Amino acid sequence: MAKVLIIAEHDGSALNPSTAKCVSCAAAIDGAEIDIAVLAASATDVAAQAAEISSVSRVLTIERPENEHAVTAVLAPQVAAMAGDYSYIFGPSTTFGRDLMPHVAALLGVNQVSDIMSVEGSHTFKRPVYAGNAIVTVEAPADSLLVATVRVASWPAAAGGNSASVEAGDASVEVPSHTRYVSLESAASDRPDLQTAAKVVAGGRALGSEEQFGLIYTLADALGGAVGASRAAVDAGYCPNELQVGQTGKIIAPDLYIAIGISGAIQHLTGIKDAGTIVAINKDEEAPIFEVADIGLVGDLFQIVPELTTALD
Amino acid sequence: MEKIVVGLKRVVDYNVRVQVKSDGSGVETDGVKMSINPFDEIALEEALRIKESGAASEVIAVSIGTSDAQQQLRTGLAMGADRAILVTVDGDIDPLSVAHVFKALAEKENAGLVMLGKQAIDGDNSQIAQMLAAIWGRPQATFASSVTIDGDTARVVREVDAGLETIEVDLPAVMSVDLRLNEPRYVKLPDIMKAKKKPLDEIPLADLGIAGGPPIKELAYAPPEDRQRGVMVDDVAGLVAALKDKGIV
Ligand SMILES: Cc1cc2nc3c(=O)[nH]c(=O)nc-3n(C[C@H](O)[C@H](O)[C@@H](O)COP(=O)(O)OP(=O)(O)OC[C@H]3O[C@@H](n4cnc5c(N)ncnc54)[C@H](O)[C@@H]3O)c2cc1C
Ligand SMILES: Cc1cc2nc3c(=O)[nH]c(=O)nc-3n(C[C@H](O)[C@H](O)[C@H](O)COP(=O)(O)OP(=O)(O)OC[C@H]3O[C@@H](n4cnc5c(N)ncnc54)[C@H](O)[C@@H]3O)c2cc1C
Repeated sequence: MAKVLIIAEHDGSALNPSTAKCVSCAAAIDGAEIDIAVLAASATDVAAQAAEISSVSRVLTIERPENEHAVTAVLAPQVAAMAGDYSYIFGPSTTFGRDLMPHVAALLGVNQVSDIMSVEGSHTFKRPVYAGNAIVTVEAPADSLLVATVRVASWPAAAGGNSASVEAGDASVEVPSHTRYVSLESAASDRPDLQTAAKVVAGGRALGSEEQFGLIYTLADALGGAVGASRAAVDAGYCPNELQVGQTGKIIAPDLYIAIGISGAIQHLTGIKDAGTIVAINKDEEAPIFEVADIGLVGDLFQIVPELTTALD
Repeated sequence: MEKIVVGLKRVVDYNVRVQVKSDGSGVETDGVKMSINPFDEIALEEALRIKESGAASEVIAVSIGTSDAQQQLRTGLAMGADRAILVTVDGDIDPLSVAHVFKALAEKENAGLVMLGKQAIDGDNSQIAQMLAAIWGRPQATFASSVTIDGDTARVVREVDAGLETIEVDLPAVMSVDLRLNEPRYVKLPDIMKAKKKPLDEIPLADLGIAGGPPIKELAYAPPEDRQRGVMVDDVAGLVAALKDKGIV
């Protein structure tokens, strides 16, 4: 049997869909028995959501006031204390998991497999390197605990409908106070979440200003989609950083991705390789984005985007 | 704070279109341009600014690798690092060992800060800073887009999926930097000349007496599945028709 512990990502009330994606990855391991750990100040709501995910055996809650915000220095020793007889500890490749899991691995004295794309065997996985320009098959030692992050864009969310048991876990360790959460600045929005949206409309440097970037929001709203951006658009201050798509932003896999005024640099393309249909709108017919686009339209975005918005609304 | 240790990894330049070798043993590096990992240049720039503000007295650039990495360390010295350390590796080294190297040097130098990149653009692992914080028992502030040193603490704004998170850490601490933290300075010719005289020490890995973790083996490299170029449409009506065709709208 292969016992897997998945560390739930949540904001105190809602479970992040990245957790159900980790479950899909874990379920691809032969004989996997999957538990989810919910570390929170108050875990009831999140644990209930985790218990619904199919293939999950148990949800283990660790409740203490210090767990109110996800601070790795506080969470990691508790996760390490739960390692017990697990063969695998998984977290998502989101900023939450990327921050936490290598710290857990080092506390347990092992290396980490980052960004699992596919499971090839009990300890063999595929993962992207060089901004996705190469895929490497790696083999972790079979005789030691395996800590890994799961590339969320590669996995569907596991279905719901389960009712796994919820139990109090055991992780009584001292946690340090040298790292303190202060605040989170988030551009609150009613739009779908970029990382899980089925449709994404993204704008690049060509939008030219924060005001004109509004065209992207309007089109996204007409489609019921999320908004994304290139690094150049974020750097120029047209939109907030959490919208950046790419090697150093979010890696996403929507059914539809519309790239507007984005040239298609390798680092940007890394973020959209798994999209269903890519549409590119660019005034330069030589732009590299057209090499990966399923549908391309050459022209001035300031003319095309309003027209398209009207046509789709 | 006295000293800041900065990691400078030698990697394939970010402008190179990486090719997988036909035998699947890795990627082509023969005759390929190598550079400092772009995030590490930003880490060094930030360290230099902290020193220039008077909050630190010395910046030490560190690379772990073969003697080729001297080149990246010389560039770091030309940017303004005071001295450099190359930890030479003959065979293989696993990431946890790399973290242990930084721990050994941080302790030896009594560093107040270790500044690394958020990820190396070759392995894209994004793990060394976090591992170092764990084994050193010090705070970690990853994905930093703003750093303010205030006596014995630092305030760091982090780029996270939900937006911008601010945390406060006690020093010494480990940071990993994101792209928007700063724009690294250009190196001027006189600085390159001056850098030749700055100390660059070499320490064989074996001298540090490090034990990492069981290594993860790389079995084979393959190119990713390519996306095919699709169709071009002439106008918005054509685009909408193509989307309807695919059943997307
Ligand atoms: C000579 C050599 C042999 C290797 N052999 C193996 C092997 O057998 N098995 C294996 O799994 N891996 C091997 N590696 C890969 C190596 O373990 C990792 O690349 C290691 O350097 C950590 O990089 P990362 O990609 O995990 O870093 P990330 O966590 O993505 O990097 C974060 C930051 O850490 C710092 N950093 C990372 N590496 C270095 C470095 N070398 N020098 C200075 N700063 C650094 C940088 O600031 C970087 O921005 C080898 C590397 C070298 C140079
Ligand atoms: C280490 C590293 C990491 C990086 N990570 C990322 C990342 O995660 N995500 C990312 O996006 N980038 C990333 N980059 C940056 C990347 O290399 C590019 O610089 C960036 O993606 C360019 O953004 P852009 O396409 O918006 O701008 P540009 O490349 O300037 O392209 C603008 C495009 O708009 C078109 N255009 C101009 N006017 C119009 C008009 N009126 N109508 C229609 N089209 C028009 C132009 O033809 C051009 O193709 C990274 C770079 C580095 C070095």
